[in-house]
Amino acid sequence: MNAIELYLTLGIAVFLLSLHGLMTLYDPIRRLIAVNLMGAGTFLVMVSLARRSEVPDPVLHALVVTGLVVAISATAFALRLIIAGSKNDKTDSGGGNRKP
Amino acid sequence: MTPELLPDLTLSLLLLIMAWGALYAPQRSDAMTLFIAFGVVVALIWARLDAPDLALAEAAIGAGLTGVLLMHAARALPDELHQDYRTASYWGALGFTVVASLMFLVHLLYDDSLFNAGLLDTESDLTPRLRTLADAAVPESGVEHPVTAVLLNFRAWDTLLELLVLLFALGGLRQLFPSGQSDDSATTASWPESMTLMSAWTRVLAPLLVVTGGYLLWRGSSAPGGAFQAGSLLAAAAVILRLTGLLPPLRWSSLWLRLSVVAGALFFLAVAAATAIWGDGWLTYPGAYSGLLIISIEIFATLSIAITLSLLVIGEQEDLRS
Repeated sequence: MNAIELYLTLGIAVFLLSLHGLMTLYDPIRRLIAVNLMGAGTFLVMVSLARRSEVPDPVLHALVVTGLVVAISATAFALRLIIAGSKNDKTDSGGGNRKP
Repeated sequence: MTPELLPDLTLSLLLLIMAWGALYAPQRSDAMTLFIAFGVVVALIWARLDAPDLALAEAAIGAGLTGVLLMHAARALPDELHQDYRTASYWGALGFTVVASLMFLVHLLYDDSLFNAGLLDTESDLTPRLRTLADAAVPESGVEHPVTAVLLNFRAWDTLLELLVLLFALGGLRQLFPSGQSDDSATTASWPESMTLMSAWTRVLAPLLVVTGGYLLWRGSSAPGGAFQAGSLLAAAAVILRLTGLLPPLRWSSLWLRLSVVAGALFFLAVAAATAIWGDGWLTYPGAYSGLLIISIEIFATLSIAITLSLLVIGEQEDLRS
């Protein structure tokens, strides 16, 4: 086993672990973290594939740089949706009542 | 098992521990802290995998800005609800994903035509076609660094659309704030005033971040760096200044703010339209000017990325709706 195979396996492992988190966790912040970790696992696979040859593949690197910025935009938007949703929940349940 | 594999094994183990902690730590704040640590370990792995561009971007965006974003937003949320969320189809779904991922992994590891060709013989015909094309075209692209050449010349479409994604995210964010003055969001906005150490550090750190950002932007044409790394560093500077109260709210009503948010996408689109009308086609730069065009696009894009990212991370009612 060499380093690239190790990182390929690691990328898939991180992806699976966070997919499991996404399936079982309830707290919206944690689920958002899980989605971000799934993204990190995918990037890990892509960058390991880029490293197969002596000089790393610039196409995959550029794609991952793009992916990082798109990921943070999506995360910011999702967080605002979560906050807006929790405010709605509070007003629906009679104001300030946090435990269902 | 060779000794050279030891740092990789250590990093892999660390990454798995951080990922586990970021998902299943008992307290939500611990989970968010471990998520930041996860980003730092990922940045180290990028460095191990010879991807310095990504290491820079990950350290600034993945670890830094996303961490601040989560912690900043989590203050506005109620406490965590502990609830078991396993549905009836849990075991079936788990089995399916595990089997599918293992098949994908085996394909990656043992399919000779995909994997071994690039690894054993870089000069063989089996190296991915795209990267051979990219490597051959770098000298004509106007910049020397292959990743920048791909981002801003060969795949300029992706980068243009990415700037539009940033704009859309900001537009979506603005829709979630009620227009006009609201009462309750203003009360959650301020951080504790007693962060003497942090505000003192910020005064030192912010100018350094600006200088480093400018350096990364300029070096991007010949070495790792570029618009995204520079933009996220500038955004980080704006975020820490804003959080310590040293920077006044970034008012959306200011024309300059709105102009700098759209400057990158507008300039990029103008270049694209100009090359389509008078040049060789959409986003095909004329050879003599491509270096100049790329650096000017990068400067405008850096400005837009910096302002948009900082608004996305710490944008509040007073930033976005006044």
